[in-house]
Amino acid sequence: MPNNSSISMSPIISARQLVKHYPGVIAVDGVDLSIPQGICFGLLGPNGAGKTTTIEILEGIHLPTSGTVLYKGELLGSRYREEVGIQFQHTALQEFLTVRETLVLFERLYHRTIPIPELIELCSLADILNRDTRKLSGGQRQRLLLALALINDPDLIFLDEPTTGLDPQARRNFWDLVKLVKSRNKTIVLTTHYMEEAYALCDEIAIMDKGRIVSQGTPAQLLSQHFGDVIVQIPREDSGSKLHELGLGVVDAGDMLEIRTNRLHQTLQQLMENGVNLDRLRIRAWTLEDLFINVTGKTLKS
Amino acid sequence: MKKFLAILHARNMEFLRDRSALVWNLAMPFLLVIGLAFTFSGGNKEIYKVGVVGGIETLARVAPALQSTQHIKFVAYDELQTAIGKVEHHQLDMLVEVRDAPGWHGGDAVLPNPPPASEKLMAGHPGEGTKERSHLGTLGTNASLRDKQLKYWVNSSSPNGYLLERIMWGTEGHQFQRQQVEGKEIRYVDWFLPGILGMNMMFSCLFGVGFVIVRYRKNGFLKRLKATPLGAIHFLFAQLISRLMLIMLVTVIVYVGSNLFIEFNMQGSYWDLLLVTTLGAMCMISIGLLIAARTASEEFAGGILNMLTWPMMLLSGAWFSLEGTHAWVQNLAQIFPLTHMISATRAIMNEGATLAQVMPHVWVLALMSVFFLALGALIFKWE
Repeated sequence: MPNNSSISMSPIISARQLVKHYPGVIAVDGVDLSIPQGICFGLLGPNGAGKTTTIEILEGIHLPTSGTVLYKGELLGSRYREEVGIQFQHTALQEFLTVRETLVLFERLYHRTIPIPELIELCSLADILNRDTRKLSGGQRQRLLLALALINDPDLIFLDEPTTGLDPQARRNFWDLVKLVKSRNKTIVLTTHYMEEAYALCDEIAIMDKGRIVSQGTPAQLLSQHFGDVIVQIPREDSGSKLHELGLGVVDAGDMLEIRTNRLHQTLQQLMENGVNLDRLRIRAWTLEDLFINVTGKTLKS
Repeated sequence: MKKFLAILHARNMEFLRDRSALVWNLAMPFLLVIGLAFTFSGGNKEIYKVGVVGGIETLARVAPALQSTQHIKFVAYDELQTAIGKVEHHQLDMLVEVRDAPGWHGGDAVLPNPPPASEKLMAGHPGEGTKERSHLGTLGTNASLRDKQLKYWVNSSSPNGYLLERIMWGTEGHQFQRQQVEGKEIRYVDWFLPGILGMNMMFSCLFGVGFVIVRYRKNGFLKRLKATPLGAIHFLFAQLISRLMLIMLVTVIVYVGSNLFIEFNMQGSYWDLLLVTTLGAMCMISIGLLIAARTASEEFAGGILNMLTWPMMLLSGAWFSLEGTHAWVQNLAQIFPLTHMISATRAIMNEGATLAQVMPHVWVLALMSVFFLALGALIFKWE
């Protein structure tokens, strides 16, 4: 869960009225962002929402059609390249080089660097140092790419869907790595398709849709803003015939029937009084996935 | 400098560890040189080649029988010294000079008896006499024609020249004053070696640089580099120097390796040769960088590269001489850097040309390199 102890409220990077037009498409349509130093900021959105374009403008890879990006209060310049670390969603590396040689290559491109042995330790690369980068597994490759993003000891790190395609174990290992990086008071900007990833890592999230930010805040704030209730789930075969007649707003959800309520005690009392079997009842809190569907009308992977 | 060296080292490692590409880069030119050397080692050309200074039409008026002889190819030259040089190196079997003179009438000439075969064989013996020597006493009665208007040159050690001379004396040979030159034969393998090496450099530089950068752009490696403090100029120079080092290394290996089997002719300075080939390679690499400056499609880049390499391959003189082709073809060939590189290397290797003598080619290659590199750097995009 988010740790706010080291968060500074001064923005490390901010964007004002970012707009990006492509022929026939408005990819980013007036985005305002302010990301405080030391947090992990999640940018979420369905495919085509404009989050990759937004993040690449923030990274300085693309220029906006209009709007400005400020890093530590200054327009992006050569200093930014030295102090930012980026892990792209799709990246190739120089072929025929080992992991160690790739680290050395990127180390030489910066003035300020983390010592390579420290980086190897941090990203658990010791076992694969002499392996050709083309022969790495998905998880190993992502660890190397993260190491490259960290090699200049950046103050600000962009991670663009870093765990896409990884198996659950590799994904959780990567989360641990990101948490370790975050504990060094680094600012992380993360895009992801996985809500549990955003929930596990992000102190603050912004949800984009159709080129705009439609919701922004801490996960807890957003959930409380959008959902003041909980969901009671009852297996369909335990519900009896009366459940639909109780006026509780029952919704079919596959094998379960769901009731949304902000008065849990009274709802449970009413169910018991009407002979509903509560032995297998479950109470579910709203998730970021629910929030996402609520604000965009789409599932995250749609 | 640290960034430049890092990219340079990485690119060199990539090239040297890509064994299939490395073997191909070494094997292809080596096999071509060896294969063509064996193929043409007999040297028995079916067509005799005669240079003509003064116009082939004039020759047709002066010596119609000679000019209409089958299996002789007549090639026009403007400069006498250039053509004589080719006779010296056996690139021409004979040279004739025909000049119209006021009051000349070809029909007035009296056919003399040809010189005895033994005399001409003696005259054609290598190492005998001066470099350019008149053969007197066997010519016709028209003195003005003999001394000033009609001459022919043969190499004393050329069998083809000897045979052509016999043919000539069967036609209008009495009208021509005989001149003799000497010089070592330039074998076909000596002639085409610069072409083969030049072509290999062209393919390696254009495709090796152009395709690689397009691939980097397509797979996102350039985008990753863009996210670092590396400047485009560092990256481009590293690509240029890497390919230059590697292609020069490959070329030297191929040259030295082939030279073990076939002792190549080398009349000039190796340093001059190195300068010209380095500039030629730089020029090709610069063109490769220019083509790859913005292209993200390997198919498109391949089309452009083929469009460039085929005319260069055909018109630069790599495979065959453009002598005797239309003037516009020869002029067109001058726009290709490969033409200048091959011409200069041939001149250095086969004719012993000095740097000053090939300086026009050197200037063209240097200016083209600067122009293409600057333009490529100007329009370069990481993505």
